[in-house]
Amino acid sequence: MTGNLLDVRTLSRNFGGLKALDQVNLRLERGEILGLIGPNGAGKSTLFNCLAGNLRPTAGTVAFNGHDVTRMRASQRARLGIARTFQLGKVFPSMTVRENVLTGLGVARYGSFWRSVTGLVKGADHMDRAAEILRQFELEDQAAVPVTDLPMGFQRRVEAARAIATNPRLLLLDEPAAGLTHGEAERFADMVRGVRASGVTVIVIEHNMRFAMQLAERLYVLVQGRIIAEGPPDAVRQDPGVISAYLG
Amino acid sequence: MDAYVVSVMIFIGIWIIMAMSLNLLVGYAGQVSIGHAAFFGIGAYTVAVVTVKLGLGFPFDIICAAAVSGIMGGFLGLPALRVRHDFLVLATIGINFIVVAVFQYTPALGGAYGIVGIPPITIAGVEMLGTGMLIVVYGFAVAFFLLQAALLRTWFGVRMTAIREDEEAAEAIGISVASTKIWTFVLACAGAGLAGALYARQLGSVFPENFGFVESVTVLTMVVLGGAGTLVGPVIGAIILGGMPEYLRFIQDWRYVIYGLILTFLMIFERDGLMGRDSRLRRLLKRIPTGRRSDAK
Repeated sequence: MTGNLLDVRTLSRNFGGLKALDQVNLRLERGEILGLIGPNGAGKSTLFNCLAGNLRPTAGTVAFNGHDVTRMRASQRARLGIARTFQLGKVFPSMTVRENVLTGLGVARYGSFWRSVTGLVKGADHMDRAAEILRQFELEDQAAVPVTDLPMGFQRRVEAARAIATNPRLLLLDEPAAGLTHGEAERFADMVRGVRASGVTVIVIEHNMRFAMQLAERLYVLVQGRIIAEGPPDAVRQDPGVISAYLG
Repeated sequence: MDAYVVSVMIFIGIWIIMAMSLNLLVGYAGQVSIGHAAFFGIGAYTVAVVTVKLGLGFPFDIICAAAVSGIMGGFLGLPALRVRHDFLVLATIGINFIVVAVFQYTPALGGAYGIVGIPPITIAGVEMLGTGMLIVVYGFAVAFFLLQAALLRTWFGVRMTAIREDEEAAEAIGISVASTKIWTFVLACAGAGLAGALYARQLGSVFPENFGFVESVTVLTMVVLGGAGTLVGPVIGAIILGGMPEYLRFIQDWRYVIYGLILTFLMIFERDGLMGRDSRLRRLLKRIPTGRRSDAK
């Protein structure tokens, strides 16, 4: 048992002879926004996939909220309170915005077949909660719109809204500013701060350094599968190792 | 009503149940199967065995058929956990061939001679022949339709749709893809078993060749023609393709050529089927001012 929400110890992941992650240690305090930065191919998404359960690590452990989740599948971790978005965006394309958000509200019912076949989706409480989340992500006007009719910036918000609908303790955002204009990224950052204010801890992978530096309170820098620096954005910015390896 | 017409309508009703059951798998959960006739056959053979050899009556024979097909579907759905898309299609074709071979080469199942002498359904001492059987079949079809509509309003309906849309995203919101696939196979195959049970009771005999690859393609064509992933689409597909060979007997020999042409043209011109989400027919129906016409999930 630990006071940290997330405790990653000596995590490694190999793909054949390639070490995508090499002995990564990472801890996350409750209620913070943590940034994970690094150049292309640094292993950021591999680390996210190991945290969310989409990939099994080759070695090392992941403890979430005091539970060892290393061998758990992604769906089990989601039910424990780890939600995520994807680098390339993964909305449910045949659904409307509201339906996408509603799917996240079923997380407590997805554990067993019997619970899922005995619960109706469009109960009043679910609709109210969906409306609340849509407001939080400024999507109420698009609620009935097929999600694929919306531009990328809105789809990113829908994906984040669906993740928040699962009532997570930890939200993993994989390059949320990718493909967004500066203004859209700023608005998205405000929404992430709102999520944190509601008690959700956040990790953001970001290629956009400016976005990451503005949003995160603490940064980890990953280069070639290894953590080379950790600390507040200002300190990381001046770290000689980071400057030579990443910022140039 | 003319006995021939009643008989044709009974078989259309059975096809409707088959198509609806496959639609759960293909249309809602996105697991394409070209082996569904195997479970139709398992249901039919189960009824043949429990009625002819064990003397079981209605409705226990039907319950047994649906249960055995559903359980077998759960086991044979295991490949779906390992393979996706075209590989799953190939795996289901393989399952169909295996099941037919088991029917063919198992002496206890009559081998190539099948099982004959299956009695008609008897309710309260009355044999359900002709119109009686018609009522039974359409009673089951309506019940299956309503159950399916109710299922789609539950969280399990969301589970199925979500894995069809994106398995990784579904896992990320807590949906176990493995469990959802297995249960969908169970439900869909139980539906096929129900259809098979009614088929065996209506025909009075079962033979291995009645449950082969061609039947699987036929039912898949019904689903795709009507509109996979819609409630009424497979019903319409089953009515059209189930009735067509009977009323257009002159094309009987060309049936499979026509199925092939229908599939090819649909893929080019109306990919979502006649009642698909944005199909020409659905758009036309939407212009009619009265009644709700939208059932696409």
